[in-house]
Amino acid sequence: MLRLFMKGNEAAVYGAILGGCRAYYGYPITPASEIAETAAKYFPQVGGTFLQAESEVAAINMVYGAASTGQRVMTASSGPGLSLKQEGISYSAGSELPLVVVDVMRGGPGLGNIAPEQGDYNQIVKGGGHGNYRVIVLAPNCVQEMCDLTKAAFELADKYRNPVIVLTDGFVGQMMEPVVLPEPITEFQEKPWVVDGTVKTVNNLISSIELEPEDLERHNIKLQKKYKTISENEVRYEELYTEDAEVILMGYGIVSRVLQSVVDEARSEGLPVGLLRPVTLFPFPTNKIQELSRTAKLFFVSEMSNGQMFDDVRLALEGKSPAKFFGHMGGVVPTTEEILEQLKMIFNELKE
Amino acid sequence: MTEEIIIAGFGGQGVLSMGMILCYAGMMENKEVSWMPSYGPEMRGGTANCITIISDSKISSPIISRFDTVIALNQPSVDKFENSVKPGGLIIYESTNVINPPTRNDIQIIGIAASSEAAKMKNTKILNMIMLGAFLKKKPIIGMDNILKGLKQVLPERYHNLIPLNEEAIKKGSELVGEVEVSA
Repeated sequence: MLRLFMKGNEAAVYGAILGGCRAYYGYPITPASEIAETAAKYFPQVGGTFLQAESEVAAINMVYGAASTGQRVMTASSGPGLSLKQEGISYSAGSELPLVVVDVMRGGPGLGNIAPEQGDYNQIVKGGGHGNYRVIVLAPNCVQEMCDLTKAAFELADKYRNPVIVLTDGFVGQMMEPVVLPEPITEFQEKPWVVDGTVKTVNNLISSIELEPEDLERHNIKLQKKYKTISENEVRYEELYTEDAEVILMGYGIVSRVLQSVVDEARSEGLPVGLLRPVTLFPFPTNKIQELSRTAKLFFVSEMSNGQMFDDVRLALEGKSPAKFFGHMGGVVPTTEEILEQLKMIFNELKE
Repeated sequence: MTEEIIIAGFGGQGVLSMGMILCYAGMMENKEVSWMPSYGPEMRGGTANCITIISDSKISSPIISRFDTVIALNQPSVDKFENSVKPGGLIIYESTNVINPPTRNDIQIIGIAASSEAAKMKNTKILNMIMLGAFLKKKPIIGMDNILKGLKQVLPERYHNLIPLNEEAIKKGSELVGEVEVSA
């Protein structure tokens, strides 16, 4: 099997192209710039479009336009750029446009720094723009998944006519690992709703405006139904040694890789620890958490943030099981050693 | 076999490409590999490093803080990473740049005058290959033929005329280990 060695950011572009994406509009920002660089190199080679916009706001609106014509289209940025794009993402959710955004998170708030962080969780998963909308959020934890999940993002976007965000961090974007390229997508659904300048689509309208409150409420109810369907059908997670685990570790993205090491070490020291890693952040694996809470004694969440996903874990637990949080901010990474230390303290407390 | 390495030095010394060569070469031998760079301002002249892991099994965390081997190309890297070597591990440092060598007595310490050797070979850019040669002599985790294949992947094609020189530098590094070995 041919393995290519590449950065996570490059892998996202391979995944996009194999997922049928042929248009990229973006504005570079560290640590996401290699996505634009790689897209600039490869999109023209596959007959696609690469355009560096004058700003992040321009880029997301170009993406909106291209998505309206039925193109599979993407953009990528990092935290500060995503803040700027939120208006366009809200409009896309309102207009039910399928498009893909990759967010390679860096330290915040504000200009922050370019070190990896996970402080964008709330703005991405909860909808950083205005209105009652959700986007599907995929969280890769390795370079292979940067490729596979970006490819999958285009399928999900078209399936539900909804924006999909691939939420990752500077580490996964910058690190290099081997990748086996997946098969390209060759069959595409018809999109009868598009506006592409042909007679057939002359009566179609892509818009998020509904002036009558009753009409807008109907539209919102329809959207909420769609989000419910997504929640029922698209939850993805990975679990490791959860069957007999007394403590369930939870983390997404690069932190879940650190937690894998923690589980390995803890198990070798005889501590019954398991890992539940959400692959989709919306929809969130609420049911799985509730199921595990029947056997596990405690949930331990680690993030490179102030505990934004931790809130969702606690909501899922409904106060029935205890949960603890351990994290770092500003680009500092939780280490295997310090998490193990925390776990040992927890197991001592559980014994008492 | 799992070898966890950090390679650190000034930006421009070839720290990142050393790690990449090891990874490409490891892949040729069907090993699992991961390469995690420090990125950002330090790439433009400050200190740079990359964590490189080569393993026969799946790599859990690519971010680690204890290493089997530290390859330090300058003083700040020795100062920063000497204490991160696992007991019984190895530190190889560039001895012409480093005034205060490592002092731990529970690890192997090897100083290689790669900078002055590179100057003798009339190309200061091969310093990293001399260090790589020294490392592979101590830890022959990957075959030399595959290292050379990895080098071809990392070196831009316009420099491929320099491959024989790089190969010579790797050999030189390997020879130097025998001459200067300082075991703890």
